[in-house]
Amino acid sequence: MTDASLVVTDLHVEFSGFVAVGGVSFDAHPGEVRFLIGPNGAGKTTCIDAITGLAAATGSARLGEQELLGRPVHKIVRLGVGRTFQTASVFNELSVLQNLDIAAGRHRHWAALLRTRRDVDPSIVQALEETGLADELATPAGILSHGQKQWLEIAMLLVQDAKVLLLDEPVAGMSQDERTATGELLQRVAAKRIVLVVEHDMDFMRRFATRVTVLHQGKVLSHGTVAEVQADPRVQEVYLGTAGAATTAAMSVVPDVSAVGLASSPAVSAVGLAGSPQTAAGTQQQED
Amino acid sequence: MDALISPLLNGSAQGALLLLAALGLSLTFGQMGVINMAHGEFLMIGAFTAYLVQQVIGSSDLSIPVALPVAFVVAGLFGLLLEVSIIRWMYHRPLDTLLVTVGVGLILQQAALQIFPSQGVPVEKPGWLNGQVTVFGYDWPLRQVFTILLATVCVAALSVWLKSTAFGRRIRATVQNRDLAEVTGISTRTVDRLTFFVGSGLAGIAGVAASLIGGTNSQMGTQYIIPAFLVVAAGGIGQLKGTVVAAWAVGVVLSYFAYWTTGSLAQVLAFILVIVFLQLRPQGLFTVRTRSLV
Amino acid sequence: MTKLRPRLSLFGIGAFALLLLGVAPLLLTDHWLGNLGKYCCWAMAAVGIGLAWGRGGMLVMGQGVFFALGAYSMAMHLTLETAGDGVPGFMVLYDPLAPLPAFWEPFRSAAFTLLAIVLLPVIVAGLLGYALFKRRVKGAYFAILTQALAVALATLISSTIRETGGDTGLSDFKYFFGFVLDDPANRKLVYLITAALLVVCLLVVRQLYRSRFGELLVATRDAEERVRFLGYDPANVKLVAFVGAALMASIGGAMFVPIVGIITPAEIGAAASILMIAGVAFGGRASLFGPALGAMAVGWGQSSLGSTWPDGWTYIIGALFIVVILFLPNGLSSVLARFTAARRSPGEQPAAATATLQLEEAKS
Repeated sequence: MTDASLVVTDLHVEFSGFVAVGGVSFDAHPGEVRFLIGPNGAGKTTCIDAITGLAAATGSARLGEQELLGRPVHKIVRLGVGRTFQTASVFNELSVLQNLDIAAGRHRHWAALLRTRRDVDPSIVQALEETGLADELATPAGILSHGQKQWLEIAMLLVQDAKVLLLDEPVAGMSQDERTATGELLQRVAAKRIVLVVEHDMDFMRRFATRVTVLHQGKVLSHGTVAEVQADPRVQEVYLGTAGAATTAAMSVVPDVSAVGLASSPAVSAVGLAGSPQTAAGTQQQED
Repeated sequence: MDALISPLLNGSAQGALLLLAALGLSLTFGQMGVINMAHGEFLMIGAFTAYLVQQVIGSSDLSIPVALPVAFVVAGLFGLLLEVSIIRWMYHRPLDTLLVTVGVGLILQQAALQIFPSQGVPVEKPGWLNGQVTVFGYDWPLRQVFTILLATVCVAALSVWLKSTAFGRRIRATVQNRDLAEVTGISTRTVDRLTFFVGSGLAGIAGVAASLIGGTNSQMGTQYIIPAFLVVAAGGIGQLKGTVVAAWAVGVVLSYFAYWTTGSLAQVLAFILVIVFLQLRPQGLFTVRTRSLV
Repeated sequence: MTKLRPRLSLFGIGAFALLLLGVAPLLLTDHWLGNLGKYCCWAMAAVGIGLAWGRGGMLVMGQGVFFALGAYSMAMHLTLETAGDGVPGFMVLYDPLAPLPAFWEPFRSAAFTLLAIVLLPVIVAGLLGYALFKRRVKGAYFAILTQALAVALATLISSTIRETGGDTGLSDFKYFFGFVLDDPANRKLVYLITAALLVVCLLVVRQLYRSRFGELLVATRDAEERVRFLGYDPANVKLVAFVGAALMASIGGAMFVPIVGIITPAEIGAAASILMIAGVAFGGRASLFGPALGAMAVGWGQSSLGSTWPDGWTYIIGALFIVVILFLPNGLSSVLARFTAARRSPGEQPAAATATLQLEEAKS
């Protein structure tokens, strides 16, 4: 589909004096499942926020020839950059089909918006099959299971025809089977698109990552293949220092512990990130 | 000279009254996120309390100092009743709270209209407020100076209460993270109730001040609620400093506009100014920084 | 069932049209037909509020402003039509030699007036909405700002007696685009036009709600930021709904003038704007018929109870806000929807809100 790569160079994000991301560079190419990992507060989500225009940043984030930074959110999306959120964000009152139809809509002429939908878009059918949601077509998105909501979000990115999929903890709260299904889905999707995953789950990362970048306190600590990163003593040290022994164990061998040790419920990460004052205030006031 | 000074001083007093009306809102809206449209009616309750206290005491010299704490408690109790009966169920529906309290305001207005004479009641000014001080050759009525002093005292008391007392810290903790506050043993229900009591009580004090400047009638709340809300909005949510500056600025600007044009045109101009202001500095008005889109 | 449902709302509008256009003129006296016409005007504004608030989540508390734009445009034209070549009577009252204010002059033209009724609200709502939505002003701020605008406009009109008639307003219209308003047949014609316009408004929002735009609007209401991440600018989506609502209010206001025969600042100020909301909340903000029927019910209460028992009527309106918003946020229509949903499939999808139920209609 596209050969353009996502290249992030020297990304800086600052919140009233607090440096959340301080000079991060990485790239992601079609055909690989790219992972961004790191302990809480490392700046992973902030990187995605910066790339998608949610947080003001300096440096550069280019998709092919296009510079993304400095554009408003919806313009960045129109360049083909799509993302998901830590807590699944779907339109609860609308059905799965309606959710997907809205996602597919940005390619339509505005006059088509005023007409009633008569048939199901082929891209939607394809995305439904891809994500295994075909049976849930008429279900209101609000009553889908947690895992299904995440898949619906990914399906929305697919019909949106995003060239870049930025996924923020896509398997958080999923069962082991659902994780595997998600991982396989991402591998299929990545064949033609750029897939960048922010994750806490080391087991998931180990099984499905092509390349990994480890962030720590807003800087790149290490990058390479899973094996290279795991062998990096600095990475081991950081995980020992912050997230406890269980993590290191998870990083190295035991696969089962990892899910428990680092299962990252949104609540956990929210508390962990309260270090950034903006985040605490932002989450609080978003209530309305 | 007079053309410059008199709107400035008049406007400062107008701003002080606006500040008194907005202080309680900045507490209930700024700290709790509740849009209480009946706040103007709590102000009206304060004004009628001043009248009733005057009827009981007789001496206007004494009645106003007595009316201030009484109005605070009476309006505060009305606020408490509103919180306990209705608002507590609606913390997750801010826009709907706005409409419900519109209904409460209508009922309070109608009740006041039936209890008191429809043309309103006179609140006699105390003798010690008759007179002027001369500022830059302009005779500044003592009533206006009193309003400014009262507003200053209220702001100081509120900020000390919020910053230095244990309860104030609890309020700020609850505002910043309700769940965490609960987990650490703060009764957020008590905090909500007391915050609402104090916020509404401040409207009562504003009402006493308003009764000394304008008329006291059932409709008086409606003329304060919108400007007070705009002041809180322009000042920035939960920003006491911002509220003070915004109230003073709005008072003075309105006063100059009214001086150059007419009172009603000044209102329209002020509205346009607020829209322009929102274009330039929307920071206090929304937040986009968040990790999820819930 | 799914084949039938989309038709159902169309049948509903058809039945409503038949009642308003066919049955009512036959059964009602002149007086009550006039009243019904008045309710239809409020209902048009209410249909727009349903669009902006119910579906779009924008609590428009100042629809009186757009009602006024239509009403005063119409009233100025009718006043000039009545005055002929001269200057309207109330202006000469204060100064026998008063010239006609410049902004009155173009309203001598019928075409200009009709154009103004449509374009003025579009321009004002467009500019205001653009400024506010692009800056992401929403929720309570938006509500209060719109209400502030209504207060400001009412104050402005009140204080400009010589130019706008002030608190006494504009009244004593003799002609309506050449038709003599004293003639009962002509008044019936005015009523029929009004009722037909209300039906058109309903048809328009029905199509909007069933369209992809309607789904997008609900999506924007429920998760504005998420919509942004699908590549839409939510500000534009909201702007369309807001402008649509303003246009309907303006048309309602324009027809209000020949039907009621007077327009004053009291009909467009904060209290009047809030009364328009009351009907919408009562009937069901997100439903198709709720806003219109609710507004007509409140309108009827206003003109009957409001004049015979004014004290009690205020309490009723206040209590209506409290009870309906607290216990029935989706108004009476949600009771009906829950009832029919329960009958169709007992126990199934009880959580599906009215919006979903109606949006299901759109499905093929």
